[in-house]
Amino acid sequence: MSSRAAARRRTDRIATVFSIAMTGIVLLMLASILWTLISHGIRGLSWQVIVRPMGPPGSDAGLANAIVGSLIQTGVALLLATPIGLGCGIYLAEYGAGNRFASAVRFVSDVLLSAPSILIGLFVYLVLVAPTGRFSGFAGSVALAILAVPIIVRTTEDMLRLVPVSMREAGAALGATRWRVTLSLSLRAARPGVLTGILLAVARMSGETAPLLFTSLGNANWSFDLSRPMASMPLAIYQYAGAAYEDWVQLAWTGAMLVTLGVLAINIVVRFGFGRTKA
Amino acid sequence: MTHDRDASSLGRHSRSDQIFQILLACCAAAVLLTLGGLVLTMAFGGTRAFETFGPGFVWHNVWNPVSNTYGALAPLFGTLITTIIGVALALPLAFGTAFWLTTMAPPRIGEIVGTAVQLLAAVPSIIFGMWGLFVIKPIMARDIQPFLTHHLGHVPVVRQIVHGAPFGYGLMTGGIVLAVMITPFIAAVMRDVFMATPPMLRESAFGLGATRWEVMRQVTLPWSRAGVIGGIVLGMGRALGETMAVTFVIGDSNRIGWSLFAPANTVASLIALEFPESPAGSIKLASLLALGFILMLLSFASLAVARLLLRERTA
Repeated sequence: MSSRAAARRRTDRIATVFSIAMTGIVLLMLASILWTLISHGIRGLSWQVIVRPMGPPGSDAGLANAIVGSLIQTGVALLLATPIGLGCGIYLAEYGAGNRFASAVRFVSDVLLSAPSILIGLFVYLVLVAPTGRFSGFAGSVALAILAVPIIVRTTEDMLRLVPVSMREAGAALGATRWRVTLSLSLRAARPGVLTGILLAVARMSGETAPLLFTSLGNANWSFDLSRPMASMPLAIYQYAGAAYEDWVQLAWTGAMLVTLGVLAINIVVRFGFGRTKA
Repeated sequence: MTHDRDASSLGRHSRSDQIFQILLACCAAAVLLTLGGLVLTMAFGGTRAFETFGPGFVWHNVWNPVSNTYGALAPLFGTLITTIIGVALALPLAFGTAFWLTTMAPPRIGEIVGTAVQLLAAVPSIIFGMWGLFVIKPIMARDIQPFLTHHLGHVPVVRQIVHGAPFGYGLMTGGIVLAVMITPFIAAVMRDVFMATPPMLRESAFGLGATRWEVMRQVTLPWSRAGVIGGIVLGMGRALGETMAVTFVIGDSNRIGWSLFAPANTVASLIALEFPESPAGSIKLASLLALGFILMLLSFASLAVARLLLRERTA
């Protein structure tokens, strides 16, 4: 009897040690990634990185044009994705109960959310780049927007569902139309959560590389024209990380550090700034 | 009179409401059309590959831009093996983390560790690729591979698996990077479904004198099995389609071999690497699109399974 109890305790202790070890390994991986990024990246950090554009090796190049390109493309993508994502999310939450069309849309949005991002790049290439014969920043924005929409849809729907029905009823009782109730009451009540979704979409877009490979292509010079190839941080990192020149690799690290810290900062703000929300 | 006014105001209301609803439905339809367009363009673009090479495209082990013959087997094999390695390595990591977070973690520390794991999930995939290239690859080339070839190099079957020049590229390195990448996703789902186990059940088991492991093994796991599998499949779907994290460390070779340490390719890495050299209208581009179509089907299937399993418990 006591030997059996001892065996059970031993098994439990093994499981405990195992789970602590596994948690430790996961934390170690995160630490290793951050340490690698910061220790490599900080060496190349200077004003030059954010002031000078990309350039040939040994030319005191920076990443300024890639930073600006990323901002432009992410901004345009957000302008495209936010109304569609919000509209779709509102539709699913407010009109989508027991509706076949809505459940199909919900499923499809989930499929898009987990679709391999490189395929989104291929799709936009076939639809926007191949017919016009030209890689463009706009095509890159569209590809990023396709990534962002399902994130916004998901959080918008989830957050609207948390708004109590009594609030909608109160609005309706005051004689407000359904769209007024939805926009001025439900959406306003759900605003922090909806904003969370949009911010998470921004974070996701700013690190994505694969959808941009075949759409905005990248550009070594300043590029502000959305109808031409445009530089971006992830593409610059991809190009420079595999290069044989030391200063290019250094720039890739610094860029990777900047992007990652930016993305993590958004995630931390979302987690602590808006209270605890599941996303 | 009042009745009339009510009716007219109701009419006006319902018209503006109708417009609103139609606008929203258009947004929803746009999402539907996007995926439809994605699947259809991929399928149409890929038809030429299937016409030229027949259904054998799927299982032919050749990828030769010189003779212009293409088959999907090598990249599909690479995708399959890296995904299996990734899930197999991520599983204990994710389970251990979720187990610790839900049953042992002191609240404050658990909160911090939970956040850290979430942050790992937010790291862009290209960063995992760089980290794999500059941290994991050298470790594989310098330590793991020489160690394995030295100790297992003469064992009959295992020899084939560890065989290869110590470059550090290959299926194993890709699988390891994928594992680190998908662990936080699987862990997050596992934590949620473990938490969803009715506390009454767990506390009853504890009351009967069960240890933490016994409660996990005999109460929580059976209760949340569908959700756990759903989480694993979700992670698998991510690993299947991942591009950047793998492209850096896979080695770019379209050969099928026994060795896990020889350069290879996955569907996604092959598309990323070869697309720039595939002119519009070429049979090579068609083959890449056909590969993309197959990948889309795989990703679609894994998501459908995951949703089915995850709904069972939450609904």
